[in-house]
Formats: sequence, structure tokens, C-alpha cells
Amino acid sequence: MRLKELAAALDLEVRTGGDKLASEVQGGYASDLMSDVMAGAEAGDVWVTLQTHQNIVAVAAMKELAGIILIGGRQPETETVRKAEARQVPILVSRLPAFELVGRLYQLGIRGRAAHAAGA
Amino acid sequence: MDLHIHTCLSPCGDLSMLPTAVVERARQAGLDAIGICDHNTAGNVSAVQEAGRRRGLPVLGGMEITTAEEAHVLALFDRLEDLQRLESLVREHLSGDNDPEAWGEQILVDADDEPVGIEERLLTGAVGLGIHRIVGEIRALGGLAVAAHVDKPVFSVVSQLGFVPPELPLDAAELSAHHGDRNEYLGWGLPLLTFSDAHFLEEIGRSRTLLRAHEGTVEELRLALQGRDGRSVAMRAAEE
Repeated sequence: MRLKELAAALDLEVRTGGDKLASEVQGGYASDLMSDVMAGAEAGDVWVTLQTHQNIVAVAAMKELAGIILIGGRQPETETVRKAEARQVPILVSRLPAFELVGRLYQLGIRGRAAHAAGA
Repeated sequence: MDLHIHTCLSPCGDLSMLPTAVVERARQAGLDAIGICDHNTAGNVSAVQEAGRRRGLPVLGGMEITTAEEAHVLALFDRLEDLQRLESLVREHLSGDNDPEAWGEQILVDADDEPVGIEERLLTGAVGLGIHRIVGEIRALGGLAVAAHVDKPVFSVVSQLGFVPPELPLDAAELSAHHGDRNEYLGWGLPLLTFSDAHFLEEIGRSRTLLRAHEGTVEELRLALQGRDGRSVAMRAAEE
């Protein structure tokens, strides 16, 4: 599923990277510790987090993630938006809390890497 | 010096972390100066400073602030009024009340270890201000901003943010008592310190920093971190 289809299905607000929404989402990762995301997320994942700090952009770019979804209506900080535009990292905002959002993503067919490994 | 010591005011601080006991233990541990950094409060700083004055041990005032990203930052000050200004700001952005059974007691004491009050606000939570704002405020008030225990897997700038944001004006990074190879942490361009993060008396001084400077003040430490005029800092684990 592509990022823009997720955005439409889940009523996500696109804050940055609007022209990067055509990329295919390969999987999902949810974590608020960026050290953990750097260790565990894989290229093409959509990342669900509540962190709005500018470092989310660097982490997403480094890991070549498909995009970032902020939960609970949290808006990225000004500097985060600036960096995300510069590096063309999509940041989308969901009104839903993390648990519901991840559940909805799962319903739409987005899987974590453990499910992939298990052949699910 | 060991500038990261909690008192009984931190909910996770042992109830034996009382001013006279902390000062006595610091003297026994051979420390020439200590610092008090409770979570998001400076409420017991003046009591420990008074206890220290009586025994000839300099006590620097500070706080360990939990930023909105849940990264811990140490703020150290020479002037109590500057620290208290920062504390007021932090307090405005704390949320929730403490449940002592869940988090632990938060006890305000005087220099004779006598309880003088209970802090009702929950001190262990995150302050609703981001790390750039917090560090900016510390610096604007003349304080020293240190990223706390950056080697820890939680509550550190590195765990929460993945790496130290290069434009964040930190003065130094603190390594915990259990840090491994210090060379791992040199790449950020920040001077390194190590303190005990003591929550129990026996932990005081277990990890400390040698300051070569004119006196044990925050300002001298700042100059030493910049390597000014022959001043320097060196880390020393307790067992070395």
C-alpha cells in the first residue's frame, strides 16, 4: 500500500513531503526511542511515534523510512518541519492514539517485520 | 567532584538521602565538592548547601530536568536565585500529582534532616518543554547544561533522540557510573564528565570527575570544559 492511500484511508494530515507519498510502504515500526528505531526499523517502514523533535527527520532519512506518522494530533516542531521539507521526509499526523493507529494500519495490511519473518 | 546526587525529594531517591548524611558520605568518599540534582526540582538544594557549609563541603545547586522528549538534562548553577528561576519555569510545565505508593515519597527537608514538607506535584514526569527550550533557558540564566547519562538505554538524549542534535548548545555530556568504552562517546564533540547519579548513600562518589581549576564552582567547571588557561577535567570511576 502506498503512503497516500494510507493517508486517505486513515484521514491523516500531511504536514511535509507531500510529493513523496507515492512510495510503497513495506512495513511498519512503532517506537518513541529513536535509538531503538535506528536499531530496529527497516527501509520502507512507516514509523509511528509521538516524538516531534527534529531528530526524527534524520533518523527517518538515515533508515530510508517511507514516512513518519505522529499520533494523538501531535504537530512536528517548526525546525522539524523545516528539516523534513529540506530532506523530503513525509510527516503525517493522525488524531488517533498509537494503539488505535497501529491497529488500523494492521487492518490495512501493513505488517511489522516479525510478521514478515514468520511468513504472515 | 560528584555533581549528580539525588535527595529524598526525588521519588526514586532513598529516604536516607538527607542533607547531613549526604554531606558526611561525600566527605568520607573524599569528594571536594558535590552537586544536588533532584528530578525537576531544586527544593532541597539550599538545605544540603547549608549542611555542606557547616562541614566545609561546597555544594552546587542543580536539577535533573526531564524534557518533553523524556531526555534527562542536568542544569547546574552557582547562584541559587538563577536555579530557582529555572525551577519556576519547570514547575509551570509539570503535570499531575504524586502517588507516593506508585512513585515514592517526595520529602522536603531542612539542613538538620528534619522534614519540613511534602512535594505534592509529581516530579518524575516529563516537563512540557522541549530540549532546545530547556537547554536555551539554562544557558540564558547562566547555568551549565549537561546531557545526563548519555550511555543509558532510557531517559538519555541518545536513547530518546538517537544522537545528540549538533546545534543543541550543551556544555558537556555525562557518562553514568557503568559506562563502557568512553571513546565511543567522543564523536559528538562534547566534553565528557562522569558523576554517580546517586540515589543511595553508598553510591555517592562511585563515579566522579576531577576538576583542575581555581575553585569548585560551575563557572570554573565551564572554563575547564573549554580547556581555558590550563584548567581541565578528567573522568574517574570509583574503582580506578
